[in-house]
Amino acid sequence: METIAIPAINFAPIMPEVILSIFAMVLLLVNVFVPSEHKAYLGYLSLVGLIVAGFTLIGGWGVPLSAFNDSVVRDNFSIFFKGIFLLTVGMSILISDQYFKREECNLGELYPLLLFATVGMMLMASGTDLMTIFLGLEVLSVSLYILAGFNRANVKSNEAGLKYFLLGAFSTGFLLYGMALTYGATGTTRVVKIAEYVSQNGVVAQNPMFVIGMLLMAVGFSFKIAAAPFHMWTPDVYEGAPTPMTAFMSAGPKAAGFAAFMRVAIIAFPSLKADWSDLLWILAVLTMTIGNLIALNQDNIKRMLAYSSIAHAGYALVGFTAGNAEGTAGILFYMLSYAFMNIGAFAIIVLVGKKGEANNNVMDYAGFGTKHPVLALAMAVFLFSLAGMPPTAGFIGKFYLFSGAIKAGYVWLAIIGVLNSAASVYYYLRVMVYMYMKDPVEEFDWMKLTPAVAICIIIAVVGVLLPGVVPAFLLNLAQQAVLL
Amino acid sequence: MLGAYLPILVLVAIAVIFGLCSLVFSSLIGQKKPSVVKLAPYECGCEPVGSARERFSVKFYIIAMLFILFDIEAVFLYPWSVLFKRLGMFGVMEMGVFIVILFVGYIYVWKKGALEWE
Repeated sequence: METIAIPAINFAPIMPEVILSIFAMVLLLVNVFVPSEHKAYLGYLSLVGLIVAGFTLIGGWGVPLSAFNDSVVRDNFSIFFKGIFLLTVGMSILISDQYFKREECNLGELYPLLLFATVGMMLMASGTDLMTIFLGLEVLSVSLYILAGFNRANVKSNEAGLKYFLLGAFSTGFLLYGMALTYGATGTTRVVKIAEYVSQNGVVAQNPMFVIGMLLMAVGFSFKIAAAPFHMWTPDVYEGAPTPMTAFMSAGPKAAGFAAFMRVAIIAFPSLKADWSDLLWILAVLTMTIGNLIALNQDNIKRMLAYSSIAHAGYALVGFTAGNAEGTAGILFYMLSYAFMNIGAFAIIVLVGKKGEANNNVMDYAGFGTKHPVLALAMAVFLFSLAGMPPTAGFIGKFYLFSGAIKAGYVWLAIIGVLNSAASVYYYLRVMVYMYMKDPVEEFDWMKLTPAVAICIIIAVVGVLLPGVVPAFLLNLAQQAVLL
Repeated sequence: MLGAYLPILVLVAIAVIFGLCSLVFSSLIGQKKPSVVKLAPYECGCEPVGSARERFSVKFYIIAMLFILFDIEAVFLYPWSVLFKRLGMFGVMEMGVFIVILFVGYIYVWKKGALEWE
C-alpha cells in the first residue's frame, strides 16, 4: 500500500496565527483552573501572546512566502494589516480590565475570544483562497457575536449580540453564495487562478453567474466594513456592545474586511476594474454621506462614533475606488491611524462612563475640559484627527485617499469626500464645545485613571500625532505593502 | 443540460399534486364529526398534559451543541482511520493536533460545569 504524498508544509507564514491560537487555548485552560477575583493576569498573558506574535510577524517583512498549496501568503500587505490587528487588540485589552471590573462582568473568556478573533482577522488578511478568507471571516465573526453580547446583565448588550449574529449570519450567507457562484463560473477558489481564468476566458465576464457571484461577494464584504446600504446593524451593535469591544470592532474587523475585500477585488478581478470601480464609487458616496448626515443628529457618543465609523469606511472606499498606488496605500495608512484615533477616543469614553453604560451622552462631557484638562486634550486630539485636521494622522490619511482619487480621475468623488469631511467637523466639534465651553454639571470624581488605560491613551496620542507630523516612515511602509 | 433534471421536476410536481389532492378532497368529501378528544393535539397517543408552548431549559441547547461538536470529531476520525497507514506519520501528527484542540475544549466545558445537569 503506497503512502499518500504529503506536500511540504511550511508553518512560517501562519506563525503568528499559530502562536495566538496556542495562547488562546492556554488562556482558556488557565481561566478555568486558576480561579481568581479579577483575572487581570489573563490580560497580561494575552498581551504577552500578542507581543510574541508581533515579533514573528516583523521577521517576514519583505520576504514573501506562500504555503499550504498557495492558500495563505505572507506578504507585506498581510503583515501590515496583521500589525494593525495586533495593535487594535492590544489597545482594546488595555482598556478592557477597568471597564469590565466596573460593569462587574466575568471577563475570563474575553481574552481567549479576542485572540481567536485576531486569528480570524489574520487569516482574512493573508488568505489567498476564497475558502481560507471565508474561514477567517467565520472565526472572526463567531468570536465577535459573543464579544458584542459579552455584558450578559445588560439588555442592550444582549440585543447587540443577537442583532449582530442574525444579520452577520445573513451576510455571511451572501458572501458564501457569491464565492460558490464564482467557483462555479471559473472552476477555482484561488484568487490568482480566478484572475488567470478571467484573462484567458474573457467571455466569463458576460456570464451572469460570474457577475452575480462578484456582486454577492461585494455585498458580504460591504457588510463587514459597514458600508451603506449594508450599515444598518452598526449603530445598534456599536452602542450596545461593551465599550472596549466597540473600540475593537470599529477598528480591527473593519480593517480585516478591507484587507480581504482588497485582495479579492484587486487580485482576482483586475481585468474588471472599470466595473467594480463604478460600484465602489456609489458605495463610497452613499457610505460617507449617510454616515455623516445621521451622525450629526446623535446624542449618544458611542452611537455618534458608530455613524462616524461608517463615514470613515466611506473615506477608505474612496481610495479603494481609485485603485491606484496612492489610494490603496492611503487605505492601509488610514486603517492604522483610524485604529489609533478611534480606540483612543473610546478609551476616554471608558473613563468617563459610569456603571451600567451610563454617562455616555455628549452632554455628559460638559466641563470635562476644566476638570481633567490633560484627558480632555487627548480627547480633543483624537476628535481633531477623526475630523481630519492637520497635524494629525487623520489628515494625512485623508489627504492620500483623496489625492489618489484625483490622480485616478475621480475628481467629483474627492470633492464629495472633502465636503463630507467638512460636515463631519460639526459633530466632532460639538463634543469639544461641551468639554471646553460648558459649565461642569458633575465633578467627574468617579473617574480613576488606571496605568493600563493611561498607556493605551499615550500610545494612541503618539500614534495620532507622530505620523501626522512625520508621515514619511509609515507612508513608506504602506507603499511597500500595497498589492499593486 | 437542464433536460437531465426533468424527472426530478416531474417527481416534485407529482408530490405536490398528491399532497394537495389528499388535503382538498378529504376536506371536501370527508365526514366531519368533531369531538373534544378528536380535536385534542396528538401527543403520541397519551393524553396531553399542559400547553405545548413551553419554554425549554437552555441546558438542552448546550447538550445539543456539545453533541454536535464531539460528534463531528468522531466523524473526522473515520476517514482518517481508513487511510491511517497511507497517511503515515503525517496523519498521526495532524490528528494529534486536532484531538488536542478538541480536548482543550472538552476540559474547558467539563470544568465550566456544562456537562452537569443540575
